[in-house]
Amino acid sequence: MPLAALAACLCLPSLWAQGNQYLTAEASQKLVAKRGAAAEAKIAVSVQPGFHVNSNTPSDAYLIPLKLTWAPGGALEPGAVVFPKPQMEKYEFSDKPLSVFTGDFELTAKFKVPAGASQGPGIMLGKLRYQACNNNSCFPPKTVEVRVSYQVQ
Amino acid sequence: MSALRLGTVLASSVLLGGLIYWGWPAKPARAASLKPDGERHAAPDFALKDADGKTVRLSDYKGKVVLLDFWATYCGPCKIEIPWFMDFERKHKDQGFSVLGVDMDDEGWDAVKPFVNDEGINYRIVVGNDATADMFGGIEALPTTFLIDRDGKIAAVHVGLTSKSDFENAIEQLLQTPAHAAGGAGRVSLPAELVGAR
Repeated sequence: MPLAALAACLCLPSLWAQGNQYLTAEASQKLVAKRGAAAEAKIAVSVQPGFHVNSNTPSDAYLIPLKLTWAPGGALEPGAVVFPKPQMEKYEFSDKPLSVFTGDFELTAKFKVPAGASQGPGIMLGKLRYQACNNNSCFPPKTVEVRVSYQVQ
Repeated sequence: MSALRLGTVLASSVLLGGLIYWGWPAKPARAASLKPDGERHAAPDFALKDADGKTVRLSDYKGKVVLLDFWATYCGPCKIEIPWFMDFERKHKDQGFSVLGVDMDDEGWDAVKPFVNDEGINYRIVVGNDATADMFGGIEALPTTFLIDRDGKIAAVHVGLTSKSDFENAIEQLLQTPAHAAGGAGRVSLPAELVGAR
């Protein structure tokens, strides 16, 4: 069944992607934070080959931006999230280039450590919301959990 | 049997097998995307609200050819197809054809109403949900578009951006085919809990 086998091979990436995430996000290393100081966590993000996600500043008001939010709790006070410069990519379905991220990139999450923060380890729990598309389809918005382990000194 | 004759027999067998497998060339032409009648299954019925709050059931369209489009406002490929569907609605609505859009935005009408107004969409839109998507096999990729024949059976499914001519050819072919069962019977009635509306 050569045709069936070929079709199965061609469909595999999209079948795999269905019901799965199109992106992974992971804090690069444990954050060592000093009381009363600022701290930064690097978060490595990887978008599946063949897919893209809207940047934090999408080109169209209807598009859903990439957004990182933190759950309440934890010793660190969340601050700004720094995104890399988006790529402007032209796709078959768009008249103009879209502001997107593809492949591997890094976010920087900034925190403040209150002077009265308890010393010791902890985890900041975040959610990265994204909306992915490939060249001819889009997928509902999803979130991935981001965990930043820290040690307050 | 000589090696030459054996080779000829083998080559003929491969050619014949290929023709049977990939399709005999003398087969009557059918729009590439349309399933043969015998392979079509009844489209599940649903009850969803339109922009005016009226309940819309797929079974309301019995006897018509329906283009059922699952889409969302954040979906770029969907926005390419929508003007085509508006054309089809204008061109074929008097021939027993309707487009029905099922929006899958999480925000529902808050997202859809401004978009429908901005785009001037001329066909009916309802807001769907996960239960609706599950009824159609669990829709993940948008757009996903079903062409439903006059008997209420799914004649074609397109996942992702498809060419306008593929849709056009299939619609024209479906419009030429009369309903087999009086009243467009065949749609599946589902338990009320599956017939979601929001």
